[in-house]
Amino acid sequence: MKLTGAQILMKMLKEEGVDTIFGFPGGVVIDIYDELAKTDIRHILVRHEQGAIHAADGYARASGKVGVCLVTSGPGATNTVTGIASAYMDSIPVVIFTGQVPTQLIGNDAFQEVDIVGITRPCTKHNYLVKHTEDLARIVKEAFMIAASGRPGPVLIDLPKDVSTTKIIYKAPKKVELKSYKPTYSPNIKQLQRAIKLIKTAKKPIIFAGGGVVLSRGSKELTELAHKTQIPVTCSLMGLGVFPGTDPLWLGMIGMHGTYRANMCSGDCDLMIAVGVRFDDRVTGKTDTFAPNAKIVHIDIDPTSIRKNIPVAVPVVGDCKVTLGLLNKLLDKEDLGDLKKKRKSWLHQIAKWKSTTPLAYKQKDIIKPQYVVEKLYELTKGDAIITTEVGQNQMWAAQYYHFNKPNHFITSGGLGVMGFGLPAAIGAQIACPKKLVVDIAGDGSIQMNIQEMATAKQYGLPVKIVILNNQYLGMVRQWQELFYGKRYCSTGMEHAPDFVKLAEAYGAVGLRATKPEEVEPVLIKGLSSPKTVIMDFAVEREECVYPMVPAGAPITEMLLV
Amino acid sequence: MTKQKHILSILVDNQPGVLSRIAGLFSGRGYNIESLSVAETIDPLVSRVTMVTMADKPIVEQIMKQLHKLINVIKVYELTGSSYVQREMALIKVQAKPEYRAEILRIVDIFRCKVVDVGREHYTLEVTGDEGKMDAILNLLKPIGIKEIAKTGIIALFREPK
Repeated sequence: MKLTGAQILMKMLKEEGVDTIFGFPGGVVIDIYDELAKTDIRHILVRHEQGAIHAADGYARASGKVGVCLVTSGPGATNTVTGIASAYMDSIPVVIFTGQVPTQLIGNDAFQEVDIVGITRPCTKHNYLVKHTEDLARIVKEAFMIAASGRPGPVLIDLPKDVSTTKIIYKAPKKVELKSYKPTYSPNIKQLQRAIKLIKTAKKPIIFAGGGVVLSRGSKELTELAHKTQIPVTCSLMGLGVFPGTDPLWLGMIGMHGTYRANMCSGDCDLMIAVGVRFDDRVTGKTDTFAPNAKIVHIDIDPTSIRKNIPVAVPVVGDCKVTLGLLNKLLDKEDLGDLKKKRKSWLHQIAKWKSTTPLAYKQKDIIKPQYVVEKLYELTKGDAIITTEVGQNQMWAAQYYHFNKPNHFITSGGLGVMGFGLPAAIGAQIACPKKLVVDIAGDGSIQMNIQEMATAKQYGLPVKIVILNNQYLGMVRQWQELFYGKRYCSTGMEHAPDFVKLAEAYGAVGLRATKPEEVEPVLIKGLSSPKTVIMDFAVEREECVYPMVPAGAPITEMLLV
Repeated sequence: MTKQKHILSILVDNQPGVLSRIAGLFSGRGYNIESLSVAETIDPLVSRVTMVTMADKPIVEQIMKQLHKLINVIKVYELTGSSYVQREMALIKVQAKPEYRAEILRIVDIFRCKVVDVGREHYTLEVTGDEGKMDAILNLLKPIGIKEIAKTGIIALFREPK
């Protein structure tokens, strides 16, 4: 059977179970689009390529499948770089197809030519330039395998125009096997036995879980471990939802804007079971003083994460779900003693920290952003998929929306991309059409990919956008207030569009609340609408996110309200 | 912790862009490359990269893990600390005024190197050896006048058990 490269690509996408592609056409990918139109794969036309990659990211996180993105060469390709880097930092499985100028023009500075493989080498898990149509099928298969396995991540495939148009006799690729790529899923039992010894003797243990648990779908196993051993749990930003936010053993998020008790626990604990985390600086603060009294057991599928930032007593390389499952099984055979008695003073200490220094704010005359998020949580019963932008909005979402399930909090954690939330919400809504998807945004960051309102409108996506509008780039302003003598340089956002009118201009619904008593009615009205809705909340302008650990300080030294 | 010289031997897919991935990893993460040498192995699909880096122990451990994470890297070995042979080759263009010619040839003889090019004002010498030998010959030739030098960087292999 003779097929063109574009036809082979479609065949392979179908084989990989791709049902949706986020993309934007251009000169060198017209052949691919021409074939795409003949398939039943749904193409979501975004309004900017950055929107496509974030939407593919949001789709991947909400569905657990590989997100797919298709763009043209040159600017089409470079516009995806921020989103690729974000997916790389957060280990999100995405496959990006970029068009490329014909092979004979590569290196000639042709129109819309850019070396995207070179540009994205440090921010992809792997990438390919396809030089021959004969290699295409194998490369696509490899790319999907690499993206989704081990520690997931983005894989980019650069497709020169002639590779798409050349007709060849198609041969189905064999099963892909890369001799150099074999992620370790099953942990070393000896290390687990060492961990169990520590669990049995620990007086003040905590579990610290992250995005790796989400990615490995190990939430159930993690919860079982915590309950079985009565060890309290904290999460990194990326881990929120893997342990129920309503559980008595829940400590809240750890780190720069973590809860008082979670951060104090890290300073005091004698055992930290770290699962699927990479000890980012926003978690550890000053590394020398991080968990100074703790023996750390670190479970992660990526060996480079272990001992990269923090010395570890028991390194365990393995898939989080597999490892936690095995650990639970081994623990079942052990006598853990009277846990109630054993944990009493530790849990009592934690309860004390919680009651003396809880997350708190006072709702007076002006709307508090925390109040909006808390109301949103109540009204949605904690069941919405929440995406965020980056900055204060993101932190308040993390603090005041108590996630009970994984895959419900979608945020650009590692790279911290403003403009992530709206396109990610679009991707999540397409993955989960029946779910309520809410983007918690700031007035600054929503403007970074606001053009995707048109995409939401075009596909009738009932995405809800909650803007915590303080007319500032709030997080930078907060740093300026606290560390730069209140010199608010370039953080004022007074010159913003009227978001209600803007929503209407896009054919969406715009609502506004300026007083605390309007918050709930606006949320109720907005959330129940079947349309895309922007809800603009005029919040206290100079509200800060607390607790806050100044950059580089020990995380037990927090600035409090 | 003290920085030490570490020799890494890395087997990689013999494909375009692989060296750039390795070099990019080092520059992107702030690791240092003292020397680097790459060539195809007996298997044309595989190349061997021999790399010398200055780092302390935890960093070398991290470098090796990071290298291994690259899809195109097949195997990473650290030679330092075990039994291995290492060689480096240099071409040294040395000023050869008549009054020095005999002296240069005596050095060539002692170090068992070769004169591979002769001109009216210069000799080009080919020297092979380990680092100690390289340093020694360069020290002797410097006062005579070295015009140019090209070095391959270290290549090394494990010794087989006797």
